[in-house]
Amino acid sequence: MPKVKGYIEIDQERCKGCGLCIKACPTKVIDFSESFNSKGYHPAEAKYLDRCIACGFCYRMCPDVCITVYREE
Amino acid sequence: MEKVMVKGTEAIGEAAIRAGCRHFFGYPITPQSELPEYMSKRLPEVDGVFLQTESEVATVNMLYGAACTGTRVMTSTSSPGFSLMMEGVSYMACAQLPAVFVNVVRGGPGLGDIQPAQGDYWQATKGGGHGDYKLIVLAPATVQEAVDLTVLAFDLADKYRTPTLILADGLLGQMMEPVEFPEFRDLSTLPDHSSWAMTGAKGRKPHIITSFDIDPYILEKMNLELVKKYREIEKNEVRWEEFKTEDADIVITAFGTVARIAKSVVEMARKDGLKVGLFRPITVWPFPYEPLKKLAEKVDLFFDVEMNMGQMLEDVKLAIGGEKPVAFYSRMGGVVPTPNEIYEALKKEFGRRE
Amino acid sequence: MKKLLYKMPESLSGKEFTYCPGCHHGIVHRLIAEVIDELGIREKTLVVAPIGCSVFAYQFFNMDGTIAAHGRAPAVATGMKRARPDLYVFTYQGDGDLAAIGTAEIMHAANRGEKVTTIFINNAIYGMTGGQMAPTTLLGMKTTTTPYGRDAQKDGYPMHMCEFLKEAKGVAYLARTKVTTPQDVEKTKKAIKKAFLAQVKGIGFGLVEVLSTCPTNWGMDPISAMKWLEENMIPEYPLGVFIDKVGDEK
Repeated sequence: MPKVKGYIEIDQERCKGCGLCIKACPTKVIDFSESFNSKGYHPAEAKYLDRCIACGFCYRMCPDVCITVYREE
Repeated sequence: MEKVMVKGTEAIGEAAIRAGCRHFFGYPITPQSELPEYMSKRLPEVDGVFLQTESEVATVNMLYGAACTGTRVMTSTSSPGFSLMMEGVSYMACAQLPAVFVNVVRGGPGLGDIQPAQGDYWQATKGGGHGDYKLIVLAPATVQEAVDLTVLAFDLADKYRTPTLILADGLLGQMMEPVEFPEFRDLSTLPDHSSWAMTGAKGRKPHIITSFDIDPYILEKMNLELVKKYREIEKNEVRWEEFKTEDADIVITAFGTVARIAKSVVEMARKDGLKVGLFRPITVWPFPYEPLKKLAEKVDLFFDVEMNMGQMLEDVKLAIGGEKPVAFYSRMGGVVPTPNEIYEALKKEFGRRE
Repeated sequence: MKKLLYKMPESLSGKEFTYCPGCHHGIVHRLIAEVIDELGIREKTLVVAPIGCSVFAYQFFNMDGTIAAHGRAPAVATGMKRARPDLYVFTYQGDGDLAAIGTAEIMHAANRGEKVTTIFINNAIYGMTGGQMAPTTLLGMKTTTTPYGRDAQKDGYPMHMCEFLKEAKGVAYLARTKVTTPQDVEKTKKAIKKAFLAQVKGIGFGLVEVLSTCPTNWGMDPISAMKWLEENMIPEYPLGVFIDKVGDEK
């Protein structure tokens, strides 16, 4: 069975660095960025996109609607 | 049109329907419950909505909601009930929502009693709720005038996008008089509120209606917009009646049903050769300061009569500006003064000054 | 080729939420917007925002909106719906707004079966005013007005709004949910959809109570706050569907 390949975009300026997406991601795609956004938060960053399975869990948990999810086809 | 005998409260209800009002929210309170009762029977006949609410607090907020959609809406209550509505009235004034309120004033303060009084003048004209706002306040003296002013109240509310108040009292509410009703307003001719009302953001940007802005500079702008509107109303909408003032030495100032009693006093005095007239504000806000000031140029004595501790008296004095003496007579707590006692008091006051 | 799966719903304005990091308000806002998108009713829906942290909700939704006086959103919604029964109206209220100052309005709107929808956020605390006791504050819970913990003898007991409202005959849909996991988020969305369908189908009043975190006023990080909610709020406020007259979604 071919593994589903996903892709996410995070609006890092909008992100408040709460970490809910990081906790929700089953394949550990996301982590905090080392840099700051203009609000002064360490935003979420899709550091290991190759692991993404397009499950949408990060999107579902994000309280600031920062994440857009795609499936690679 | 034919004249019919109607009770004041019911006349206001029928006038509202004729003015195109199809939505009434209200909570029972004496002495005005005949009005919601009338509406509960009458509105379904014209495909309208009557809803008995859980409180006056809920009532005013239902008016807020209905008015947000640009719908003609009204309620009626009596003094303690109107106090409960104050927060919502303030919200509606700031959010610029048109609606018509009727306060059939009873004795106060507190629970007071259920007899006619005028103790809510300050609440009606000076604020009542929090913040800088005004209501257009119409004070009818007869049942026919209550009908006419109810229709006017809806038109003014729509024209200026502001809550408007009919300030009546228990006497007018319970009184039966012959009345001529206006024709039914064609609902398709009601004012168009589509530029601001909440009707669903279809093919346009959302319409937002609030009495709120966290930025003081923007809120100040909202305040100034209201002030501008109130100045406009003061310019255009002052209404009053003068009765036998042309040659009067003494002028009685009174509003609502007291003015009606005062008319009898004028007639009594005229029979005795005393040149007495009557000045009656019909809009108690905006108050007719200028016409009263003009009258002061030729009148020797003003005699203010009210069923309160002297509330409109302050506006009368403001208008006259200390140029002429202003005497005062009052009954309170729901006691209605008789023409005789007012006349006796007037004669005593006149005698003292001669 | 990339296929878009999840993005900002059309029923949100796109304006950044004013909520603290990790606050669940934002999740619930998005779910409401998704439901309105799916039902295709955005252009016929009116939002009534409350007083509280979500006072700005009217700015976040892409539809006509207003702010009700504190607690009075159900009365405002009633006025709107009675004036325009062809439109859809929802209120968004917190626990101070709905369960303290606004108890009369919510009870009577529900009991009349007003065809409106209410989304009720229960985070057991007053957020905007700075962490005071709410009617839903748990026993023993410390707030800025219960510095020694909520004491039943002095402060009374946590208010169970769903349990009160389930006796109201006018209610068509009533559920309590949470949004601490992606699975819970999906369940909450289904509940919100049914609460809207109760209105769309003209059955009656719909309400969803969503247990939510308030990391700032609870004094916790967002992840610990979710754990605290699971361990402390669920035993006091059991999840479930109390009334469902809507039936299967079709």
